[in-house]
Amino acid sequence: MKYAYYPGCSLDSTGIEYQLSTKAVAGTLGVELWEIPEWNCCGASAAHNTDRLLSLALPARNLALAEKEGLDVAVPCAACYSRMKATEKAVRGSEDVREKISEIIEMEYGASNRTLALLDVFTNQAGLEQVASLATKPLQGLKTACYYGCLMVKPPRLAEFDDPEDPQTMDRLMDALGAEAVSWPYKTECCGAGFASSRTDIVLQMSYEVLRLAKTAGAEAVVTACPLCMLNLDMRQKEIEAKNGVAIDLPILYFTELMALAFGHKPAAIGFNKHFVDTTPVVRKVEQGRRAKEVQP
Amino acid sequence: MKTIELSSVLTAGKAFTAKVEADSKVNVRSCYQCGKCSAGCPAAYAMDYAPHQVIRMVQLGLEDRVLSSHAIWLCASCENCITRCPRDVDLPALMDTLRRAAYKKGTVAEKNVALFNNLFLQSVETYGRPHEMSMMMRYNMKSGQLMKDVFRGPELMKRGKMSLRPEKIRDNGAVRRIFGRVRASSGGEQL
Ligand code: SF4
Ligand code: SF4
Repeated sequence: MKYAYYPGCSLDSTGIEYQLSTKAVAGTLGVELWEIPEWNCCGASAAHNTDRLLSLALPARNLALAEKEGLDVAVPCAACYSRMKATEKAVRGSEDVREKISEIIEMEYGASNRTLALLDVFTNQAGLEQVASLATKPLQGLKTACYYGCLMVKPPRLAEFDDPEDPQTMDRLMDALGAEAVSWPYKTECCGAGFASSRTDIVLQMSYEVLRLAKTAGAEAVVTACPLCMLNLDMRQKEIEAKNGVAIDLPILYFTELMALAFGHKPAAIGFNKHFVDTTPVVRKVEQGRRAKEVQP
Repeated sequence: MKTIELSSVLTAGKAFTAKVEADSKVNVRSCYQCGKCSAGCPAAYAMDYAPHQVIRMVQLGLEDRVLSSHAIWLCASCENCITRCPRDVDLPALMDTLRRAAYKKGTVAEKNVALFNNLFLQSVETYGRPHEMSMMMRYNMKSGQLMKDVFRGPELMKRGKMSLRPEKIRDNGAVRRIFGRVRASSGGEQL
């Protein structure tokens, strides 16, 4: 399996663990990721807040580069995924848009290729049976809250691979890796990422609700597929604890980190040491479970 | 939350409603004010008008009031409302159109959101990708907000998550030309 790979701006910086673990997982699964050469920023919310044409043209340049190679595009970040999906649909749906966008990006782009969420690629496209068979170091009952956030599965018009209110892709993945996915109500609520730089008060409140409900549901870790969710839930967790006078202590991990861990990659090589909230309890719990299983098979 | 005085409906407001409908391709008249969008909106608690009131203002043509509201900037574009709306009213798309209209009119109520968007896009135009460090400095200078609250630069750098130097893509100016052509176009609302 070969895909064009659009890492997006976070994966070289704040989302470095996502990048490291994605490459590790792709290697084990035998998925070839061809990074789009000299890709540009998708424009994020800044572009669609400001100018519709710009919000379609910036993603289109990347999608057109992939289309030339005849490849579907795998996108890790939920926000980039949503922007690229919106562009793909707009271009496919209207000849006028297609022409205008092709003119603006100086390249033909006909949306003949598809944009896929990396989560979709590593689970549904690769096959969960294959994933389970490669999980030689299963995650022995680790209790996880699968957090999809807003843009990975919503709106249904754009994100088509799972249910917008009660998605299951990550839950099934946890099952295949030997972990447990707790049932909780905030799977698809927003962390407030859009305000991270302007109204941190709102981010702290919205992210607090997500963490509080994951904790209440008995999770030992939150699993995410979005670098913006990660930044809010991980980096700001201490601040959220202080503001609300509570202890949360919930490690936040990318689904790719848990996949790579179950595939036997070393935690330090896939970014476990780069988080703000200590992730060693997760590694310890998984190792303990494994040892216990070895004693009583 | 503020109240809306319904009797101030103006005939002049009809043109505004029509323009917003055309630009956003959202049929705002199909909204029957059930309030489901506001009930499930994670940001409604911070808004001056709840999301269903934003629609109502557009239905009534209350241009100045809706374009200077904080609500349109506090929408997180999380897509909860459109996922649940029984009338399939694309409220996030409407919010986008209203924000762009507020920019044009110069009635942006949440100055820091707009400032951040501008700095972000400037950075993308220059380098092809945003550079957090330089954005952080300028944002800090212009917004008067403490940068440590916003970007946490030092902590990120310690973990190898933020670099001092911008990463510039080699695209022979393709991204700059995209910005230039977009500027020369009329914004593409009509597409
Ligand atoms: S949920 Fe839909 S119909 Fe109900 S108030 Fe909101 S936009 Fe209108
Ligand atoms: S998209 Fe905006 S208005 Fe709709 S629920 Fe989310 S924050 Fe509220």
